[in-house]
Amino acid sequence: MNDDRARDALDLAERALDAAMQGGVTEAEALVIAEDEALTRFANSQIHQNVAEIDVTVNLRVAIGKRVGVASSGRTDAEGLRRLAENATAIARVVEELEDWAGLPGPTPAAPVAAGFAQSTAAASPELRADAVRQVISAADDAGVTAYGSFSSGTETAAVANSLGVRVGGTRTIAQLLTVSMGPDGGSGYAEQAAVDVDAIDATAIGREAAGKARATANAVSLDAGDYPVVLEEYAVVDLLDMLGYLGFSALAVQEERSFVELGKRIGSDLVTIIDDGQDPAGIPMGFDYEGVAKRRVDLLDRGICRGVVYDSQTAARDDVASTGHGLPAPNPWGPFPLNMVMAAGDQSRDDLIGGLDRGLLVTRFHYTNPVHPKLAIITGMTRDGTFLVEGGRIVGPVKNLRFTQSYLDALACTVGVARERRTLRGFLGGVVVPAIRLEAWTFTGTTEH
Amino acid sequence: MRDLTERALDTAASLGARYADVRIVRRHEESIAIKTGRVEGVASNETEGFGIRVLVDGAWGFASSHILTGTEADRVAGEAVRIARASATALREPAVLDDRPPAYGRYETPVDEDPFDVPLETKIADLLAADQAASAVKGIAFTESMYAAQREWKTFAATDGSFTEQTITHVGSAVEANAVEGDEHQRRSYPDSGGGWQAAGYEYIRSLDLAARAEPLADEAVELLTAPQCPSGRFTIILDPSQLYLQVHESCGHPTELDRVFGTEASYAGTSFLTTDKLGSGFRYGSELVTIVADATASGGMGTFGWDDEGVAAQAVPLVQDGIFAGYLSSRETAPRIGRSSSGAMRADGWNRIPLIRMTNINLLPRPGMSLDDIVADTDDGLYLASNRSWSIDDRRLNFQFATEVAYEIKGGKKGRLFKNPTYTGITYEFWRSCDAVGDERSYVMLGTPNCGKGEPSQTGHVGHAVPGARFRDVQVGVGKW
Repeated sequence: MNDDRARDALDLAERALDAAMQGGVTEAEALVIAEDEALTRFANSQIHQNVAEIDVTVNLRVAIGKRVGVASSGRTDAEGLRRLAENATAIARVVEELEDWAGLPGPTPAAPVAAGFAQSTAAASPELRADAVRQVISAADDAGVTAYGSFSSGTETAAVANSLGVRVGGTRTIAQLLTVSMGPDGGSGYAEQAAVDVDAIDATAIGREAAGKARATANAVSLDAGDYPVVLEEYAVVDLLDMLGYLGFSALAVQEERSFVELGKRIGSDLVTIIDDGQDPAGIPMGFDYEGVAKRRVDLLDRGICRGVVYDSQTAARDDVASTGHGLPAPNPWGPFPLNMVMAAGDQSRDDLIGGLDRGLLVTRFHYTNPVHPKLAIITGMTRDGTFLVEGGRIVGPVKNLRFTQSYLDALACTVGVARERRTLRGFLGGVVVPAIRLEAWTFTGTTEH
Repeated sequence: MRDLTERALDTAASLGARYADVRIVRRHEESIAIKTGRVEGVASNETEGFGIRVLVDGAWGFASSHILTGTEADRVAGEAVRIARASATALREPAVLDDRPPAYGRYETPVDEDPFDVPLETKIADLLAADQAASAVKGIAFTESMYAAQREWKTFAATDGSFTEQTITHVGSAVEANAVEGDEHQRRSYPDSGGGWQAAGYEYIRSLDLAARAEPLADEAVELLTAPQCPSGRFTIILDPSQLYLQVHESCGHPTELDRVFGTEASYAGTSFLTTDKLGSGFRYGSELVTIVADATASGGMGTFGWDDEGVAAQAVPLVQDGIFAGYLSSRETAPRIGRSSSGAMRADGWNRIPLIRMTNINLLPRPGMSLDDIVADTDDGLYLASNRSWSIDDRRLNFQFATEVAYEIKGGKKGRLFKNPTYTGITYEFWRSCDAVGDERSYVMLGTPNCGKGEPSQTGHVGHAVPGARFRDVQVGVGKW
């Protein structure tokens, strides 16, 4: 354990655990999550929302035999912890037994993840965020476009103590700057950067990237829906990993037969390798999960072949394997999720990828995606903030946004190019590290007015 | 509470805030999750804290904390003012608030049977009965059933002297049956895919009668596995309330949020095609049968309250009147920019979030004349679509695509065989203009969602939608590939 915040959180977890064990339960687990978050939001090239919060939550899971109850609270005083223990125990006394309750996980050796914390992020001030926002706005002003976006910085401390001897705690930080630039002629561009260290965020570069794309997408023209080869920029590739992680790379999804994953089955081309690695310093690292189990690297897809899924303690027990350290806070009917996905880099430059398109589209990002057929990973959504027609390997101009209805599995299978450069971004499941990719076909099914 | 609110406001004012408000919120939640007859999780959660919003030199700052002490109120007020001063370094148009009378009083959700007083054993047994009825059906792979209740005690105070206290109670429940075979995964849910939710007590849960609805629901999920694929093409479609409420949510609720129109959600959820030049211009949003209101006074709606989180009294505001675009959801800051007063739609997701313009209860009003059955009987050839399965809409709320759990073929005014995997798509105003029948009071039902996402940091809103069923002509169904 490497910091005072983690020591304080673990002390609180141990006090909650003591309160629970005094109530006559057979097992107990206390998870403490302490957050210190701030976010500066801008629109119309000015700051319009600017917020900060500190919060702590104690999540208590108790078992009486195979009867399990969970309660959580923001109160951290002795009376609050006593009430919390009473609530969790009262629930455990009235619920039915879980026949396959595997018990709480025991201690696992956890490697410290020093790369997950940066003091500069923990200490980031509203003035620092405002300064970065002014850089983004300045880049937009220079390009004659308008800036929208947000800049967040935050610290999360998690600590777990359980009656089997688990005692872990750690603090991690994350900063994220994202911006949409919009021009007077309908142009729109996007850029984003996420990092453990707020000092690594290059606000001017992010602002220029989005502003440049907003200029380049002015006066977009309509294109008929249909099948096109595409290059997906990193911002779009994040959605592929998020959706596949959500729908399929979870042991619970496999156990419930709703996952596309079959170990040994090929679902991607040779160019597609995806892992989950909480220790990878290129991502947003975390050393242990919300059950206190050390995170293990999991090979999800190895050169297109399904190699693994992520486990928490309960799904692991059902398959008689060890947890991979992907548990979420209890109660968790959704199962484990990969929170640190990394896609392996390829050997092509961005220009190589675009140059490989005879006639196709370059897509910056997707908007409002949702599964239409979960087991086949058929997803619908829109393109947004930069869609371009490419002919003869060259960008010829912007096109209006398109709706797609596309199997993400088919997308992996027809991946024919992967960029060597990767970006660290923030998906809805956590930090992800992704390259741009080129696909032989993508099915666009509708058009819109902008 | 008054000691803390007064201290926070006094400190903020003494540090330079021209306006400040503070909310102290305590939230109690209880949930039950059942999977295939097994109680997977029963949880209770309590959270409490306060948030201070300040306006300094026309710039906003907000800070919050879970520590409810006078000293912390001073610190948080100071932090909010510091943040506002940082905001002022990137400010082009100072914020100006509309006038509203100071708000005073108390409001409480009417509840017949307090959900937190009903024994936990009873609630588990009720839900288990429904889940087991569904899971017992041959061919069902797994079932998922949920119950949840939330109560918020909220105190609001502002430097203009406002002081309100509200107790809001919401409950929800659902049963869902899933059938899986090969690559096919079909599900049916009741009362809709997100669950039935209302501002009410346990009497609402009892009224759903989940156990009686579970078995036929599960039968249908199994039947869908071997049902033919829903055909693609242009069709007349009838939307059941279990789908129509989400159509209203996505294609009318969100685009009428005035903060989106002014761009303050542009980098996240997007903007809106309902730009201010369309207001008062006679812009035809839908057919003359389409009247949609934002009604924060509607009985049972999760968007019902006494005052919003700026202290503006609950009210009913027309958004679309007889098909013509008529108004926005707005706030004290945005409404004056279009020459109006706030519609009272500022709502925050708890003590640690700033209020945003959110839906209240966005209701498609029923039309006297035809029941939903009458509309089916009046349809010679079409599809009846029920219960949402997925949703997506572009960043200006124009191009949408929805999938529903089931489609029933309509031939000669009668519902017939099932089709699996139906989707439909369109452009918002073209779709609503194609509406040629709206059901009467007999199918008008209050539904809603507790998962409306908006804002950064993300906020989850509880919103209500009362809708009947309705019919739409010449709608694109399917994408032609599967």
